[in-house]
Amino acid sequence: MMEYALSIKHLGKTYRNGVTALDDVSLDIEKGDFFALLGPNGAGKSTLIGIVTSLVRKSAGMVRVMGYDIDTHFSQAKSKIGVVPQDFNFNKFEPIIEILKNQAGYFGMGRHAALHAAEESLNNLSLWEKRKLTPRQLSGGMNRRLLIARALVHDPELLILDEPTAGVDIEIRRSVWNLMREINSHGRTIILTTHYLEEAESLCRNIGIIDRGKIIVNTSMRKLLEKLKEESFILYLQNPVTRLLDLEDYSYKFLDDKTLEVALSYDKTLHGLFNLLDRHGVTVSSIRNKANRLEELFLTMTHRNSE
Amino acid sequence: MKLSLQLVALYTILVKEIRRFTRIWMQTILPSAITVALYFLILGKFIGSRIGSVDGYPYIEFIAPGLIMMGIITNSYANTVSSFFSSKFQRHIEEMLVSPMPNYIIILGFVLGGMARGLIVGVAVTLTALVFTRLQMQNVTLVILTSILTAALFSTAGVINGIFAKSFDDTSIVPTFVLTPLTYLGGIFFSISMLPEFWQKASYANPILYMVNSFRMGILGVSDVNLAIAMSVMVGLLIILFMTSLHLLNKGTGTRS
Repeated sequence: MMEYALSIKHLGKTYRNGVTALDDVSLDIEKGDFFALLGPNGAGKSTLIGIVTSLVRKSAGMVRVMGYDIDTHFSQAKSKIGVVPQDFNFNKFEPIIEILKNQAGYFGMGRHAALHAAEESLNNLSLWEKRKLTPRQLSGGMNRRLLIARALVHDPELLILDEPTAGVDIEIRRSVWNLMREINSHGRTIILTTHYLEEAESLCRNIGIIDRGKIIVNTSMRKLLEKLKEESFILYLQNPVTRLLDLEDYSYKFLDDKTLEVALSYDKTLHGLFNLLDRHGVTVSSIRNKANRLEELFLTMTHRNSE
Repeated sequence: MKLSLQLVALYTILVKEIRRFTRIWMQTILPSAITVALYFLILGKFIGSRIGSVDGYPYIEFIAPGLIMMGIITNSYANTVSSFFSSKFQRHIEEMLVSPMPNYIIILGFVLGGMARGLIVGVAVTLTALVFTRLQMQNVTLVILTSILTAALFSTAGVINGIFAKSFDDTSIVPTFVLTPLTYLGGIFFSISMLPEFWQKASYANPILYMVNSFRMGILGVSDVNLAIAMSVMVGLLIILFMTSLHLLNKGTGTRS
């Protein structure tokens, strides 16, 4: 039997106020995977992560982390997990070196080993120079990196990140992306929840979409994107075009005299489009996707699900 | 988690807790010493000299053990309730909750931290007391045992308050409306033999009476209560409170949704 990094069976959670956040959720995530968990606000993503990390009590079902049941082998299961929460949950008055040493200590690392692990983790996140500062003295981006440094200090096999780039600027987002890619390249399993669909598309190999407490999609990113029936491209033309073009079955519209928007169904090719444009003497200088493809699909699926 | 790793985790919490209250010693250690110095000055020196002796001891000497106990009780409790609630409020309690250490280690870590502060304040108050009066120490073992049990008991009670507290107001309700009256009525400033019969009997329902008198027995050799009963009350209450706090943390009350 295959041992998964995370295996969830028939997981349910109903809060005391009667709200059902998770309803019979089953999910298997392979070791070494980079998995995206997507869903609109209130879909149940954070509840699911909360249950896996034991911050939320489940109402039903079973969760295994690296083969260890979180009910019967909670200590082994928890020792495998590193969690990066959505919000900063540090002791704001504690120097960051102490935050990391303490976190390592809670996982059973002695003071000397904890110091070594904290140093390594802070160095990896370029925070060693700031080790004597408290979180209050760090920028938002540095605090975001500190969350990741703390999650990695005990060398977990499964890293769970709950919207790690929420509210950070594009530069920090890119650096966090690079960091996550590097962490995953060393064989660590990563589960990522995010609202930035571009992030999921760019980083993750597999994807689960959760809506109203149910998993509505669980597949590879490639297979999911293949479900798109149509894709829109923006073409930037080298010279202005003021006449209508006969592009056969390709539907298009001019955004201005040098910008063309073309809808490309999956039975058509970019090669065919370029041939037609070439025939009309139109030269394309650059091209981009009109919208994030995953976003289009995500909206379609969650909308369809709500109907 | 292996026992040796659990001990490492426990040591980590203890060191963190001690660092926390020593970093702000002006707020955590010093006020008790100053308050007790004022008690000795006003109640002991100025008023006590007119009261005469209680149970054969000058008043200032009689109240000294109770005042030391008061320092231990209030500081043990205050340390755990504020530390636990603050870690909930800032949510860094999650650092512990996501770790593999069992819940009893988390509670024990906070309790030992509270005990450390209570006992350090106890020593500070004792040193202050020695400026004003003499302390004989009839039974050092009893003094140490009572101090440790009392500190452990109120540290654990503080954890329970911290678990239930939803706001900073909730952390001061019990100390103000329960702990302070029970402490003042627990025989610090008087022997219960001085009370009317009804209030003498009612005083036996106050657990602090047993702690103060057990401690007074260790220092002065006099007590209003039977020592065996006093020990049983302290140990029994400690077990009940610890099991309650463990049950609450296991259940996730105030910490997990």
